[in-house]
Amino acid sequence: MLAIAVEKELGAFKLAARFEAAGGVTALFGPSGAGKTTVVNMIAGLIVPDRGSIALDETVLFDAASGINVPPNRRRIGYVFQDGRLFPHLSVRQNLDYGRRMSGHPHDPKHFTRIVELLNIDDLLDRRPRKLSGGERQRIAIGRALLMHPRLLLLDEPLASLDAGHKREILPYLVRLRDESNVPMVYVSHAAAEVRRIATNVVRLDGGRVAASGGLELLDEPGAHEPE
Amino acid sequence: MLGLSPAEWVAIELSLRIAIVATAFALPFGMAIGWLLARKDFWGKTLLDGIVYLPLVLPPVVTGYLLLISFGRRGLIGAFLADHFGIVFSFRWTGAALSCGIMGFPLMVRPIRLALEAIDRRLEDAAATLGAGRFWVFLTITLPLALPGVIAGAVMCFARALGEFGATITFVSNIPGETQTISAAIYTLLQVPDGDAAAGRLVLVAIALALAALIVSEWFARRAGMRFQGE
Repeated sequence: MLAIAVEKELGAFKLAARFEAAGGVTALFGPSGAGKTTVVNMIAGLIVPDRGSIALDETVLFDAASGINVPPNRRRIGYVFQDGRLFPHLSVRQNLDYGRRMSGHPHDPKHFTRIVELLNIDDLLDRRPRKLSGGERQRIAIGRALLMHPRLLLLDEPLASLDAGHKREILPYLVRLRDESNVPMVYVSHAAAEVRRIATNVVRLDGGRVAASGGLELLDEPGAHEPE
Repeated sequence: MLGLSPAEWVAIELSLRIAIVATAFALPFGMAIGWLLARKDFWGKTLLDGIVYLPLVLPPVVTGYLLLISFGRRGLIGAFLADHFGIVFSFRWTGAALSCGIMGFPLMVRPIRLALEAIDRRLEDAAATLGAGRFWVFLTITLPLALPGVIAGAVMCFARALGEFGATITFVSNIPGETQTISAAIYTLLQVPDGDAAAGRLVLVAIALALAALIVSEWFARRAGMRFQGE
């Protein structure tokens, strides 16, 4: 369970968000500029909030009052970025292995094979990121984040940089991921159709504030406009 | 061999040793300063920037003189190093390596700084979320991505060190077997009658060494670049 209550001022933009996310897939839903990525970056530890606290299960990741701020590399939170961010100087296999090596987990061929098969990337292992399609890159980014044994998986608009065809290619993998791995996920998106397919809970952000949180029925409310 | 006299071989060996030692010692400093200039904002950054590039724009004789009064036997730093660590620079080949390293330093820092500035910082963020602490991020992401720039900087410094003349001769003089590099030997040979042939041979050697350094750096840069393009 993720519990977050944070405030941050970024120039004129004021973010003040408070919500909780249990298991399953929690969608952070809202128009662009609502502060979704900022919230996710705070959960990952890449942006430090001005005030508030972030806790994952029993672990306090951030607490302004007591000065706790666990650095990103010790949070064990997987992060799939909108633009993939694969390491260009490493092969696909080395990219996938990076998180496991850096967090000191022993090599686990079974887990590796399972993730590789789940994402259908076994043909790509010896290639370099530059030569891959956007959809392939995003699948590898998902695999890389999963293979570090994350306690929570953050996905920041993982489909936004893909065309419609590649979106259809990735979505089934995400649904399988939700059903077959028991890693809780926070899924950022501004597209209601996508959220409907993948999410179990919805937190609707608007103008840096949580406008509503609840089930998928939030997507049908007025104000939950669909820009696409 | 190659029609070179033993004295000329000594000058060549000395030049190479001085250039290699100068580059090797300058490299960690070059990376640290390049990193500071590329990544950090601090009070006095413009001043540091200026000081780093100073040897490039000062007359080499001035740099040599400044080294003499600071690192000479009776200079403030020179006396301290000699008394406490037994390190002597004046009129030694180590002094030549020091002046060559300082003269080559700006040429080394610039490509390293540019390479570090060109790196997508978001890749480092991604590495951090995957469990890599700052040291490992630097070692596994930043350094490999900046490697072409680091190699270019090292080669530029090496080439500059190989050819350095003004600052070195001012600081540590022109002593055969100790501080007489190829450049200094050519200069000496041109001062004596009948020195032209020997000077010509050393000129050819200098050209060959400079070309070899360029070819080696090109090869390294290609290899480093290829890793990003590969299959």
